Amino acid sequence: MEYQAKELFAKHDVPVTLGIVANTPDEAKVAAEQLGVVVVKAQVKAGGRGKAGGVKLAKTPDEAFDHASNILGMQIKGLTVNRVLIAPAASIQEEYYFSFLLDRANRSYLCIASVEGGVEIEEVAKTNPDAVKQIPIDAGTGVDEAKAREIVAEAGFPEALVEQAVTTVLTLWKVFVEEDATLVEVNPLARLEGDILEALDGKVSLDENAEFRHEDHAAFEDKAAADPLEAKAKEKGLNYVKLDGEVGIIGNGAGLVMSTLDVVAYAGEKHGGVKPANFLDIGGGASAQVMADGLDVILNDAQVKSVFVNVFGGITSCDAVANGIVGALDILGDEASKPLVVRLDGNNVEEGRRILNEKNHPLVTLVDTMDGAADRAAELANTSSNGEGA
Amino acid sequence: MSIFLNKDSKVIVQGITGGEGTKHTALMLKAGTNVVGGVNARKAGTTVEHTGADGNTVELPVFGTVAEAIEKTGADVSVAFVPPAFTKDAVIEAIDAEIGLLVIITEGVPVQDSAEFWAYAQGKKTRIIGPNCPGIITPGEALAGITPATISGSGPIGLVSKSGTLTYQMMFELRDYGFTTAIGIGGDPIIGTTHIDALEAFEADPDTKAIVMIGEIGGDAEEKAAAYIQAHVTKPVVGYVAGFTAPEGKTMGHAGAIVADGAGTAQGKKEALEAAGVKVGKTPSETAELMREILKGL
Repeated sequence: MEYQAKELFAKHDVPVTLGIVANTPDEAKVAAEQLGVVVVKAQVKAGGRGKAGGVKLAKTPDEAFDHASNILGMQIKGLTVNRVLIAPAASIQEEYYFSFLLDRANRSYLCIASVEGGVEIEEVAKTNPDAVKQIPIDAGTGVDEAKAREIVAEAGFPEALVEQAVTTVLTLWKVFVEEDATLVEVNPLARLEGDILEALDGKVSLDENAEFRHEDHAAFEDKAAADPLEAKAKEKGLNYVKLDGEVGIIGNGAGLVMSTLDVVAYAGEKHGGVKPANFLDIGGGASAQVMADGLDVILNDAQVKSVFVNVFGGITSCDAVANGIVGALDILGDEASKPLVVRLDGNNVEEGRRILNEKNHPLVTLVDTMDGAADRAAELANTSSNGEGA
Repeated sequence: MSIFLNKDSKVIVQGITGGEGTKHTALMLKAGTNVVGGVNARKAGTTVEHTGADGNTVELPVFGTVAEAIEKTGADVSVAFVPPAFTKDAVIEAIDAEIGLLVIITEGVPVQDSAEFWAYAQGKKTRIIGPNCPGIITPGEALAGITPATISGSGPIGLVSKSGTLTYQMMFELRDYGFTTAIGIGGDPIIGTTHIDALEAFEADPDTKAIVMIGEIGGDAEEKAAAYIQAHVTKPVVGYVAGFTAPEGKTMGHAGAIVADGAGTAQGKKEALEAAGVKVGKTPSETAELMREILKGL
């Protein structure tokens, strides 16, 4: 969120005014009493906050109270506004755009800069592409002062701001590298009265893989805004994404699980349009506990009508997976109440199937192929949906 | 024949004494791989004991550095099972030692570390596969990675995939034909060997008669591969793309598997491949069936 990005900017000496975060209209009023004329800004992880009515100028503390009352609780792109940033109103002369980002295609980094900022950069790129400069950054050498000067010259910052711009570029590069960011964006980077350059709004995306060397990054996570099932899964260390469907999915390996979602969606076309309810990758070692944790999250999804467990035993053998499923059903007991379609293939599959057949659990159906199992799971989800509707 | 890895490859393991390193060294040996030693600076001078493919005990020396391991054993391939925090240093060490092929299995490497070692590798002698990948297998000859060697034998198909388990699934579907080499290139935003690198090598390999290419959402690697296939690949290629149902802005397991701002969708990748003359299956089994039809006609 903006206020968090600004905290990271301040930490690395990027010119920025932090403002005050308010969780209630009263707090907003108190903040405005300290700061004078302010802008009340909704804090959500989404662009287009201004267009959505989430950014308002307040000339008095009472106005700040009123605006905060309206903005808090507002929905912007599906996200609830739980806090606002009270920022001193700035007198803006010009607005620029600046960012550093990961450039997947070139396996390196890219700097994007435009002296026509303030609006959505994609718009500028469409209407005036020459105004948007893209400057490749070598991941080996990064951005030193010479490179910063090259960027500033290429972007075409006004003469009076060149030295400030060079310093700002260097500090933003520090944010990018030292925080392990995949995106550091300032929009607008503003020229204020008296030729002062300042980051008025910003966005920082952080690399989750680098969390082990940034313990402070955990604080940036917006637990309140997270889906409750996703939060629960994350607590248990599961790789889970909630979707809007009826067939719960458990599988091993990201690619196979994505593929499973697709196959279920195709199968669903024949069965009342049922869709996959989630992405859940339990990884290589499908122990009873991991399987139980996964099933627990999925069975708590009220939308789920059936569950498809799709495992290809690579290193993990299918008998371990089968024991995991049996163990999970024992752990869950009566909480396991929805039909499970299981497809096992690969390493030691005969033993895995034998274990499940022997257990003969009333909820479990074993199907030999991925396509067949997807079809069965979709069919079960559809019939139990109809059952409830009738 | 095969690509990048064969029975003559001499393989070392970076992190040979760790849990994953130990487990997979055993499996690589069992698959017939000529594993000649390993690296762990803190355990240099010791040995680790394993069982070779012939059932006999083998003592593998542990070296302090990759350079020393190469000097003493003539190794030309390294497989790294090193925790994410130490991966960058391990990779740079292997590049400096001029290992020919480096397979990075590690999942969870910070992307800036990958960007840095990729930049460092430019103009040097090391081919990198991964990170966050299952590695490479030439069935019947050698395995450098964690792909189960028992799924499929040798045959005329070349396989390249971003995903590990989809590699296994596809090898399983087409085990009646078999593979020259199967490479999992990894699901991270920045990886070493790409689809295009593998396609180029399969095109040049006389034993590879047809190629399966598996992609997934995120980035533009599949679109670039499609353009490459159209311009340079004469062998038949069958494709599969995972993630049609993935929502925008959500990372689907692999760090690189994300549809961002409408880019990197499965539909876009499928269309790009089809425009390049690649037959794309809707499911893994349909993809395998398309490949079977091609092989029957050859």
